[in-house]
Amino acid sequence: MERVPVLKIGDILLVSIQVDMSDQTAVQLQEDLAERIVATGCHGVIIDITALAIVDSFVGRMLSTIASISRVLDAETVVVGMRPAVAITLVELGLSLEGIRTALNVERGMELIAATRDDDHGYDDADEPGDQSTDTR
Amino acid sequence: MALSAEESSRLTGLLDEHAERITNRWVELLAASLRGRLSQAELRRQVQELHHAMIEAARSGGFDLESESAGELRAVLAELSRGRARQGFTATETATSVYALKDVMLEVLETDTTDARTLRDYVAFSSLVDQMGLFTFESFVRTRESLIADQAEQLLELSTPVVKIWEGVVAVPLVGTLDSARAQVVMERLLQTLVDTSSPYAIIDITGVPAVDTQVAQHILKTVVAARLMGADCIISGIRPQIAQTIVALGIEFGDIATKASLADALRHVLRLTGVEAARRQPRRES
Repeated sequence: MERVPVLKIGDILLVSIQVDMSDQTAVQLQEDLAERIVATGCHGVIIDITALAIVDSFVGRMLSTIASISRVLDAETVVVGMRPAVAITLVELGLSLEGIRTALNVERGMELIAATRDDDHGYDDADEPGDQSTDTR
Repeated sequence: MALSAEESSRLTGLLDEHAERITNRWVELLAASLRGRLSQAELRRQVQELHHAMIEAARSGGFDLESESAGELRAVLAELSRGRARQGFTATETATSVYALKDVMLEVLETDTTDARTLRDYVAFSSLVDQMGLFTFESFVRTRESLIADQAEQLLELSTPVVKIWEGVVAVPLVGTLDSARAQVVMERLLQTLVDTSSPYAIIDITGVPAVDTQVAQHILKTVVAARLMGADCIISGIRPQIAQTIVALGIEFGDIATKASLADALRHVLRLTGVEAARRQPRRES
């Protein structure tokens, strides 16, 4: 059975789907990804679908499921590299990828995840100087 | 509708015998109906070609426009109507070029023979001319259709530029009516450009769109949703006051898609989102 590799880059897990997804591959990927998120403590998941020429409701649901699992494990999911033809087909079919963030390419996806993490840290930082200022007083 | 061998031989005889008179009269009638938009010499050349082709077709036995022997006549007729269609003559004027022959033949038959067969000949001949006229008309329509198809294609080619107006921002100035085919082309070009330039923002400018109805709005919405699926955000700009009123009156919902009055506003909006303006303000504060 084909397996989709899950690569760790810094604080992000990169999943590049290069094969046609079957039920088994999808379930395996979900299991692998969940385990890796817990094991590495990563806060971002990038799913690269550049190689996918066809995205149907099955793949759409798989992406949604992965995003939901990741969210439960406190990781942000970004789907990147969707082809124009795929996007047009999805729109024509009336399918939408609910709850999934998208970016044009892996680079933009990493920026997006970094930006969201920054926002979160931003609130922490905002608290810390406040604490410091009370200390100095 | 074919003429019998006997009839066509008589026709050949007539056409041959009165060649000069027929062509002269024919040219005269055509010149009158076309009111000098084609030169006499040009008309004469066309008429002589037709006349010659008819004799050739009739000489080879039973005269039938569908038959192989009438191939040259068909070619001449097609050429004639193509020329007329391209020069912008009306269908009536084109068909009259052939139908004028009826009048000419009537005159010839009236003065020439008082035979009992004359009437029957004329009727048979007349139906043949009708057939030729219809053929001309069909060629005319075909030429016009191909002209229209060519123009539609040209329009499609020149209509949809996607321009990069800032780092990471592309704009599509839409001009003209958006039908399904054009909307499809626009959508594909825009999405492809987003991928090629890896721009996360696109501005769709509809200043040049004369009217926005539900269908056009639907096309624009689809494009925006597709761009979002790919990870890019779209801003719609160039909404004129009347268009805004129409949009509200039709109850079109743009949802959370940003709409701006002008392209400049849209660009400012995008730059603010990307934080470019913040970077420009800081030096001012320092100074």
